[in-house]
Amino acid sequence: MEAATDTVGAGAGPEPRDIVRLMDLTPDASLDETLWYVREMVEDPDFPTVRKWTDGGGKVLGHFQVYFPEELAHAAGMLPVKIRGSQMDRREADSHFGSYLCSILRSSLELGLTDRITLDMFVTHPICDAARNLASIWARNLDTPAQILYLPQNPNSAFAGIYLEGEYRRVLDDITEIVGHPVSDDDLRASIAVFNDNRRLLRDLYAIKRETPWLLPMDEAYVLVAMGGMITREEHNELLERVLPMILAREARPQDKIRVVFEGGFCEQPPLDLLRSIAQFCYVVDDDFLIGLRWILNDVPTDGTPLQNLATAYLDDSSYSPVQHDLRKPKEKMLLERIRGARADAAIISAAKMCEPGLDEQVAYSQALDEEGIPYFVTEFEEKMTSYDHLQIQLETFVENLLFQ
Amino acid sequence: MDEGLVGRGAREGGRLFREWFQTLTDAAESGERAAYVFVMGSMMEVLRSFDMHTVFPEINSLQTAVRRVSDEYLSIAEDHGFSPDVCGYVKADYGLQMRGGEHPMGRIPKPSVAVLTNACNTYLKWGEIWERLYDIPTVTIDVPGSRRAPGTKAHRDGELERDRKYVEGQIREMIPILEEVSGRKFDIDRFREVLDLTNQMGRSWRRLLELNATHPAVFDAMQEGTIYLGVVNALRGTQAGVDYFRDLVEEMEYKVAENISPLVDREEGHRLIFVGVPCYPIFRRFHQLFTDWGGVFVSSTYMWFASGGLSREFEYDLDNPIESMADGMLQSVTGAVDAMLFHDQALIEAIDTYGADGVVYHPVKSCRTVSTGLADSRRVVLENRDVLCLYIESDMMDKRVVSEAQLKNRIDAFFEGLESRKLRMAASGATS
Repeated sequence: MEAATDTVGAGAGPEPRDIVRLMDLTPDASLDETLWYVREMVEDPDFPTVRKWTDGGGKVLGHFQVYFPEELAHAAGMLPVKIRGSQMDRREADSHFGSYLCSILRSSLELGLTDRITLDMFVTHPICDAARNLASIWARNLDTPAQILYLPQNPNSAFAGIYLEGEYRRVLDDITEIVGHPVSDDDLRASIAVFNDNRRLLRDLYAIKRETPWLLPMDEAYVLVAMGGMITREEHNELLERVLPMILAREARPQDKIRVVFEGGFCEQPPLDLLRSIAQFCYVVDDDFLIGLRWILNDVPTDGTPLQNLATAYLDDSSYSPVQHDLRKPKEKMLLERIRGARADAAIISAAKMCEPGLDEQVAYSQALDEEGIPYFVTEFEEKMTSYDHLQIQLETFVENLLFQ
Repeated sequence: MDEGLVGRGAREGGRLFREWFQTLTDAAESGERAAYVFVMGSMMEVLRSFDMHTVFPEINSLQTAVRRVSDEYLSIAEDHGFSPDVCGYVKADYGLQMRGGEHPMGRIPKPSVAVLTNACNTYLKWGEIWERLYDIPTVTIDVPGSRRAPGTKAHRDGELERDRKYVEGQIREMIPILEEVSGRKFDIDRFREVLDLTNQMGRSWRRLLELNATHPAVFDAMQEGTIYLGVVNALRGTQAGVDYFRDLVEEMEYKVAENISPLVDREEGHRLIFVGVPCYPIFRRFHQLFTDWGGVFVSSTYMWFASGGLSREFEYDLDNPIESMADGMLQSVTGAVDAMLFHDQALIEAIDTYGADGVVYHPVKSCRTVSTGLADSRRVVLENRDVLCLYIESDMMDKRVVSEAQLKNRIDAFFEGLESRKLRMAASGATS
């Protein structure tokens, strides 16, 4: 099946660019039809949109969680795909790992070993002790060139910016080898403009969650964001531009639910059913799901040196997560800001099973929330979990305590 | 046989280690300043030039396990909310801090400063705990490592120099912080002296590793190797460290000349390589499970990644000390991380160098840096060399996940396989 293309975006950069559409979704699809389709795509372990891109001869750069400067791949004409595991039975990958490891690591490798996703380049990051092992494991088992992008863990150094710009240059050089043509600064500027649009639309989506959460349950917001990691960014922009007004026009009334922040979704992703379970009891008004797609907080300048601009934005105009060490951003302080910014009543402090950074951070978060007198609910999840009864009972009790105290 | 010479390294190592812990106890009691550092990228030469005490929390933690009290410390941390599934070293240190530094080897001073590296990501999370507990300066030296398996793709022009400059910049940023913490000016001549002492220690360390390629091996890389690792970290950049390793080489050369094995009651039966971190909660017994079958660990990845880069052929350039320190830091941390992430080819080379019959992989719950890639890299080793591999999981701190009976069962089966293979090889050799 060939991907549909249009030439659009003359205002997005120096050169008009073709928009490649990978979703089988008609432009007049209703909101419900769109959400149903997007949910199906996000949960499909065969990544049909990515397959459509590769079937059409496109090249794919897969990047493991949390953040990757996707503009680099985009500018080269590759499809940047967020490798975030998948909910599926694992038949191949488990024998490559020991016991005490998170699920996302295993399921991500399973995607490659079972040819569900075919990459032309794989990039992982030293976000945790497990994830950076993926480069060697991937390279030993698959023909895909695999590497580590060393994002700085000392962003407080005056030397971090120039180092990171050089690191981005190195990755871009590897990308140009794969695509077989050079990537100009103008190409990069055009991509930055597309991603600026995307970041703005994601901010708008999160504003709906924050200001009118009854219009957008967390599971629906999640799939709309996650879709960005598996289609072209131009198509994702089109999707969001179409559905955000439809969401705002929904006829829904506020319910008597508490406003919570969910923390702990920066890497491994919980099953959608878990999100639906939480949405039954709470309005999740902010969270850190797929934070890498929203890592840069504002527009990246499209003038000047593009790689330097991307490096500066990563370091100085960015969100936070347990996997980045930055003295300016103590995680518990950042969580409190997130809670206050979203006017949340409480927090769900979660972590994926065996996720060391997430589990470590639960301690600091709990202590800070205790000190501030903010109620919180601590839990763990796993992408392959199928039973939510226990969690639902606990969460319901937590919520009732807050509502009736 | 010279009774005084054989075994001297183990005895002296123990003595020096106890004395080192006593200096920490004295520092804690007199309120002297101490820096918390990690074995991979300790920056000892810079800290030593300020004459600061250095505390290795990893060593403190493993000592609680060796002395069979780690559960007390782990329990304190878990009572404070730490998960059973996170690094036991971190939790034992947290428990130690909650106990005011009380440790089975003495008393550990509080930190005045901490120096972190990204050699292990948990180091960074660990440092954040100290920031919260003590509000001290924590200095990160971020060291970019290998982007892919060494040798698979050449570096482009300028890539390594860019990494080195990043590290050098961070070292130069650290020095004024240490000046403020210590109340002393940085003395570059004193720094050169310390670098020179480390260079001397490094030569002896590499000679030590080289000597164990002989048949029989002259020390056990897991048992004695752990003692040597303790000394090489604690006394790095000191005259006492230089003397110790010079004497140790003398002892090992004597053992080579006299064919003296570390096994006291049997012949060397099987030459093994250890991959991972030992099972400290039952350390002596764990080791014995192998020696009972005549197994000797002739090498270990532990001695590669936890020796502060001394196993690499690198010496500091005393004419350009800070630039060279950056170069050494880059090489040492990269080498350590490669030994954990990209070790399959190095293991294959070590099998050949040391004439190993088997490789023992010991992934642990506590350490994902060391453990994540082991099941996979084992496949490559098995495909490339005619050795047997044993894969056993437990922990380096938490005895709740150590099942001695299960370990023994697996280890016995492994040696039965080795014995059987030896017989088959002997038989085929006899008939050929």
